[in-house]
Amino acid sequence: MLNKTRQELENVGRMSLDLVSGIGAVFVFLLLTLRYSGTSFQRFTLTIREIFFSGVLSLIIILVSGLFVGMVLGLQGYETLQTYGSSESVGVLVALSLTRELGPVVSALLFASRAGSAITAEIGLMKATEQLSAMEMMAINPIARVVGPRFWGGVLSMPVLTAMFIGTGVLGGYIIAVLLIGVDSGAFWSQMNAAVDFNHDVVNGLLKSFVFGLAICSIATYQGYAAAPTAEGVSGATTRTVVSSSLAILALDLVLTAFMLKG
Amino acid sequence: MNRATLNLWVGIFVVGGFIALLFLAFKVGNFSSGNLGETYSVIAHFDNIGGLKASAPVKSSGVLVGRVVSIQFDTKKYDALVTMRLDKRVPFSTDTMASVLTSGILGEQYVGLETGGEPEMLKEGGEVSHTQGAVVLEKLIGQFFLSKSQEPADATK
Repeated sequence: MLNKTRQELENVGRMSLDLVSGIGAVFVFLLLTLRYSGTSFQRFTLTIREIFFSGVLSLIIILVSGLFVGMVLGLQGYETLQTYGSSESVGVLVALSLTRELGPVVSALLFASRAGSAITAEIGLMKATEQLSAMEMMAINPIARVVGPRFWGGVLSMPVLTAMFIGTGVLGGYIIAVLLIGVDSGAFWSQMNAAVDFNHDVVNGLLKSFVFGLAICSIATYQGYAAAPTAEGVSGATTRTVVSSSLAILALDLVLTAFMLKG
Repeated sequence: MNRATLNLWVGIFVVGGFIALLFLAFKVGNFSSGNLGETYSVIAHFDNIGGLKASAPVKSSGVLVGRVVSIQFDTKKYDALVTMRLDKRVPFSTDTMASVLTSGILGEQYVGLETGGEPEMLKEGGEVSHTQGAVVLEKLIGQFFLSKSQEPADATK
């Protein structure tokens, strides 16, 4: 009995230590990436290639999800607001929920599973096939040459994708509320325009997505770089990237929202 | 994929993001109405501000002429001290009337200004002395019932 309790406690302790050391390792790796990120900007074509793979190739899933999220918000918002006789405010509801919360968070979750996992798999596979060691042999720093451009490509793509997600979401809400249900178009836009503040809502939303981009890309590159150099190790690292970046996004979102609403 | 195609796609991506940002700034949000250009600030004492908040609009005849900067509690007069910034192109006379109004039934609250007849205009730091606070719904209902109960009982017959 006592032995069992002891074992349980040991498990809890081990898990907490793993969590803390994991966060620490990702942070140290982030600092290392920042230190060697000069190459990403001096040879910007490397970063442009990664913006293509993380950003442009994520466009379809981001735009389609944005459209559907906006349409569902329009539908649900209309149903609820109608009971209070203020169905014209549906534009405000759609725009504020998208700019403040859903836009940054949902696009970051999609980005983590679409681009974050790809970054991890790519770097992990390069490690498994000993391409990273080969680079080191040729006195090329793999963090500067491989990790940096992927990191910055993702970080720079994230706010752009979020802005597009919010934009298509608002259009989706417009399609449902105005074109299909028949809410007055003038009231829809003017109420939205009066309620959404550019600095307070739009800029803060994009700031959030920038922080999420930093978190996703540092987790993804770290997991790829630290993966066990086997097929199994790479697949495990990919899963861990998606799980830990999703959790990091949700936790960071709570903290950032608390600060932004206060200020 | 060669470099030119790559650059083209990334260019389309960046331009698309820029268009989305402009759409958010001007169509969804109120980027243009947030800055008023040159302003001057005036103060006003209200007995009750209701749900007025900082950065609420200041309107005259329904047109936006300024914004509320800060709301403090004045411990000398025991009322609310509201500081507003008004557009420099819109001068108001010294006997301007300020009142806390509500747009729509459930809308946001704003400060309404009605200019008076004095030839002298409000200057930087001036005070709007004629004010009317927000209407409290409970007091209004109370007055209604009071007036009803004081009516003669046979008035309806």
